[in-house]
Amino acid sequence: MKKTITLEVNGVPETAEVEVGTTLLRFLRDGLDLTGAKEGCNEGECGSCMVLLDGRPVNSCLVLAVEASGRRVTTIEGLSKDDVLHPLQKAFLSHAAIQCGFCTPGMIVSAAALLREKPEPSEDDVRKALAGNLCRCTGYRQIVDAVHSAAAEMRAAASVGGNGNADAGKPAACEEVTA
Amino acid sequence: MIASGRIGTDVPRVDGLEKVTGAAQYTADLKFPRLLHVAVVRSPHPHARVLDVRTEKALRMPGVRAVVSGRDFPLHTGIYLKDQTVFATDRVRFVGDPVAAVAAETPEAALEAAALVAVDYEPLPPIFDVEEGIADGAPLVHPDLGSYEVVPWIRPKSGTNVCNHLKIRKGDYASALAGSWRVFENVFRVPQVQHVPMEPHVSVARVDLAGKVEVHTSAQSPFTVRHLLAACFGLSHGDVRVHVPYVGGGFGGKAGINLEPIAVALAMRCRGRWVRFMVDRHEEFYATVVRQGLTATLVTGVDRSGKVQAQKMHYLWNCGAYGGYGVNIVRSAGYTCGGAYEFPNVEGDSIGVYTNRPVGSAYRGFGMQEIHWALEQQMDKVALEIGMDPVEFRLLNALGAGKATVTGQVLDEHAGRVDLCIRSVADEIGMDPGRQKTPYRGKGIACAVKAPAMPNDAASSVVMKFAEDATLEILIAGIDYGQGLMTVVAQFAAEALDIPVEMVRVRGCPDTDLSPYDWQTVASRQTWATGNAVLRGAEEIRRKLCDTAGEALGVPASELILRGGAVVHEATGRSLPLARLVMGYQFPDGHAIGGPVASATSYLPEGLLFLDPETSQSAKPVAKWTFGAQAVEISVDPETGQVTVERIAACYDVGRVVNPGLIRGQTYGGIVQGLGTGMMEELLVDTKTGRAMNASLMDYKIPSTEDVPAEMVVDFVETPQKDGPMGARGIGEHTMIPTPAAIANALYDACGIRISEMPITAEKVWRALKEKERAASEAGVAPAVPASVTA
Ligand code: FES
Ligand code: FES
Repeated sequence: MKKTITLEVNGVPETAEVEVGTTLLRFLRDGLDLTGAKEGCNEGECGSCMVLLDGRPVNSCLVLAVEASGRRVTTIEGLSKDDVLHPLQKAFLSHAAIQCGFCTPGMIVSAAALLREKPEPSEDDVRKALAGNLCRCTGYRQIVDAVHSAAAEMRAAASVGGNGNADAGKPAACEEVTA
Repeated sequence: MIASGRIGTDVPRVDGLEKVTGAAQYTADLKFPRLLHVAVVRSPHPHARVLDVRTEKALRMPGVRAVVSGRDFPLHTGIYLKDQTVFATDRVRFVGDPVAAVAAETPEAALEAAALVAVDYEPLPPIFDVEEGIADGAPLVHPDLGSYEVVPWIRPKSGTNVCNHLKIRKGDYASALAGSWRVFENVFRVPQVQHVPMEPHVSVARVDLAGKVEVHTSAQSPFTVRHLLAACFGLSHGDVRVHVPYVGGGFGGKAGINLEPIAVALAMRCRGRWVRFMVDRHEEFYATVVRQGLTATLVTGVDRSGKVQAQKMHYLWNCGAYGGYGVNIVRSAGYTCGGAYEFPNVEGDSIGVYTNRPVGSAYRGFGMQEIHWALEQQMDKVALEIGMDPVEFRLLNALGAGKATVTGQVLDEHAGRVDLCIRSVADEIGMDPGRQKTPYRGKGIACAVKAPAMPNDAASSVVMKFAEDATLEILIAGIDYGQGLMTVVAQFAAEALDIPVEMVRVRGCPDTDLSPYDWQTVASRQTWATGNAVLRGAEEIRRKLCDTAGEALGVPASELILRGGAVVHEATGRSLPLARLVMGYQFPDGHAIGGPVASATSYLPEGLLFLDPETSQSAKPVAKWTFGAQAVEISVDPETGQVTVERIAACYDVGRVVNPGLIRGQTYGGIVQGLGTGMMEELLVDTKTGRAMNASLMDYKIPSTEDVPAEMVVDFVETPQKDGPMGARGIGEHTMIPTPAAIANALYDACGIRISEMPITAEKVWRALKEKERAASEAGVAPAVPASVTA
C-alpha cells in the first residue's frame, strides 16, 4: 500500500509517494538520494543512520517514512551550507576524529542534538549522548574531544552575539539544530 | 634536498571534508539503473553432503532474473590454497555456506525465491574444536585436500584436517630444556571473534553484453579481487574491472574476495544488469569471515638469571571451514612465534585445522593478538614464579640489536627498540616493583611485535601527474579505509617536492583499469610500501622538472632545487614556478620543450628470503618488524567481577611519526578494539547445531563510548626504518595486539586470578574469585586479600 507524505528535509519541502512499510532511512537514501545516513544494521543498534526528526536524534532505520510526514528532518547533508561547515564538522576535521567515515554522519548528527540540549556538556554527557553511535575505528577519544571543542566554539560564537560571524557556523540548516 | 614541516605535523585528512559532509560515497551509496537484488540460499547444517539442488520453482517466480548454484561454477579459488568454490558443490562445511543464489527485481522477491530453492542434504558428523579436528580418525572437512592447488610455502597435509603446518626449530630445545633451572607449561585459548566493520560487506557486479565484468565492491584489495575473480571464472584479467569506492572499515575482513564471486556469478546469467549483493548485519557475523580461534600450549625453561633458555610454542588454529587467508596466518604466527623476545632454543609448531565453524580469515594483527595473549601471560607467570619483576624479566629477554629472532634473523640497530617502549609504558603507569598495592587494583604490561605477512614480491605502485595549474595528482591503489593512507601520501609528496599539501590530490578510490598495481591493503604495509613508491615518483618528477627548467634558464639541471612551488637556481636567484613547467616550457619566441610531467614508480621489498622448509630458519624472512608495548591500570569489583580499565599507556617504535593526529587515532582505535576482543567479544557457535548464537549487534557487543578507558596515553619512539619512507614503518595492526594480555596481567596483579581464555568477562572473573575464595577457605587461609597483593 502506498501513501503520500509531505515533509521538510534539510529545509526543503518534499512530497512523495511511499510504501507504508518503507523506513525513513530507505526513503532518504533511495527516494531523495541523501546517502549520508548509512545502513549499518537496520535494527536500531549502531546509530549510523542517525538523523534529526523535529530536532531530536532518531535511528532512521526504526522510523517509517510515513511517521515523518508533516515533520522536519535534518540529515548530515543539512548541517553544512555550501562551503560553511557546522562547528562539529570543523572540529571532527581538526581533531582527526574521522577514520573510515562510515559512522561519522550519524555521530555528528547525534552530537549536534546534544549540543542543542546542552551547550556545555560534561565528558559524561558526551559519552552518554554518543553511546548509541558505534564506531569501530577511532576508539572514540578524538570524537569526544571534537565535540567538546565544537561546544566551546559554539558557546564563544553565541556570546559574541551571532553577528554574522561565519566561523560561528550558522548555516541556514543549523537553525534547526540550534533553534 | 628534503624540505621540512609537512612530516610530523597534524595535516588534516585529505578525505575529511567529504566524510564530514556526507559527500563520501561508499559502495551501497552508488546508484545503478534497474538494480537487481540478491538473496543467498545458505546451508543450515555445519557439515553435510549436498545430494541435490533444485532451482526450477525459484526461477519461475515473477521478478526473478537468475538462480545459480554449485554445478554452474565448479572452479576452485583461494588466495594461497584453492579450497573453495563459489557455491558448495558436493559438500557444505559450515552453517551459512552458500549453496545457491537468486537475483531478482526486489529484495523481497529475491528472498521469496531463495526460499523456493530445494536442497537435499545428508548430514555428516561436524567438528568444532581443533583438538577434535587433529585427532586420529576425525571426520574430514576437506577429503580432497591433497588435490587442491597450493602455493609452495603453504603445506596442507592430505588425509587430515591440517591446512598448514609451519615448524620452527632453532638451537637445541630438548637439551636446553633439560638444562633449565625451572620449567613452566601453560595453555591459553582465544575464541573466534568477528571484525564488525560498521559498513557490512557489499558488492555490485555487471557483465556487459560483450562479456566484460565490472565490479564495485567494499574491499581492501582491488587487484587481488580482480586476480581471484579471473581465476574463479576462467577469465582474462583484462576482462575484469574492479572499482573500490570509500570503504567503511575492513580490519582484514574485506581482504581478498568475499561477496564478489556470488554477485558476478548471478550477473553472468543476466547480462547487462547490475546485481547488488549486500549482506545484512546477521549474515555479516557468521557468513562473511571471522578471526580464527587459537589453542596455545607454551613451555618455558629459564636459567637462574631469569634468561629463557628453552621455549616451546604449540599453536593450534581453528581455521573454520576454508583456509582463505588463514593458512598464511598460521605461517606468520609460526615465524613470529616468539613475539618480542630472544629465545635461543626453540621448538615451534603452528598448525591450522579445518573445522565446521565460520571461515577464519585475516583480522587486524593477523594472528598476533592471539599469540601475544598466550605469550605475554606466560612471560608474566614465569617472571612472578621465579620472583622477578615482570618488567625486568621482559627487558632481560627482549629482542634488540644483535639478537636473533626465532628464525635466526639477527636484528640490526635500525630494527626498533622494544626496550624503550617497555620503559615508556611502565613509567607512565607506574610499575616499579616497590609500588604500594591496593586490593582489587592492578597493573599489567604486555609487549607486541608484528611483521608484514605477505608474499616476498608483494608490490605497490603509484602514478604521479600534474594538472595544468600544477596541482599534483597521485593515483594509488592502496585503500584508505580510515588509516589515513591518502593523507600520508599527500604529505610525503608535498614534502619531497616542497609544495603545499593543498596542491596535492590523492586519487584514492581505485579502478583496476586505470590505477597502478597494488598487491593489497593488509599487513600494515601501505604507508611503508606506497610511501616508498611515492618518494621514488617524486624524485623522478623532480628530475624532469629540473631538466626542463635547466634548459629554460640556461643553467645546469644539477644546480637547481625545488622550493616553495618553484624550481630555483640559488646562485643567480632565478626561478620558474611549477605551473610554467608541468605541461612543458614555452620560450619567449614560442618554441616549447619538455611536456606533461608524470611518473610511474613502484616499490617491492628487497632481499626477502624463503624459510627453510624443515626449520624455518631464514636470515630475512620479513621486510621489517614494528615493536611496542602497552601497560594498563585496572580496578576489579569483587562483588560483580566487573573489570574497569582506568588508564592505559601505549608506546610503539614507528620509525617516524608522519601525522600525529592520525597515528594517535590508529592507536586509540587499536586499543579500544583490543579492549573489545579482550573483554567483551566472542562469536558463540552452538556445538549441537553449528549455528552462531549471537549474530547481531544486540547480542554481540563491541565497545561504545561508555566502554572506553578514562585515560589513554600514547607515546612513540622514532628509530628510523632503514628502508622506510622518511624512516616510517607500519603501525596499523600493532595497536590492538597487546591490550588483552596487558589487562589479563593486571587482573592477576589486582586479585591473583588468571583468565586463560579470552575474553575476560565479569562472569569469568567473578567465578574465578569465588573459586579462589573456596580454595583458600578449604586451605584455612583468610581469603580477603590475594597473596600477590600483600606480597
Ligand atoms: S542502521 Fe539504524 S541503527 Fe544501525
Ligand atoms: S570512523 Fe570508521 S566506524 Fe567510525
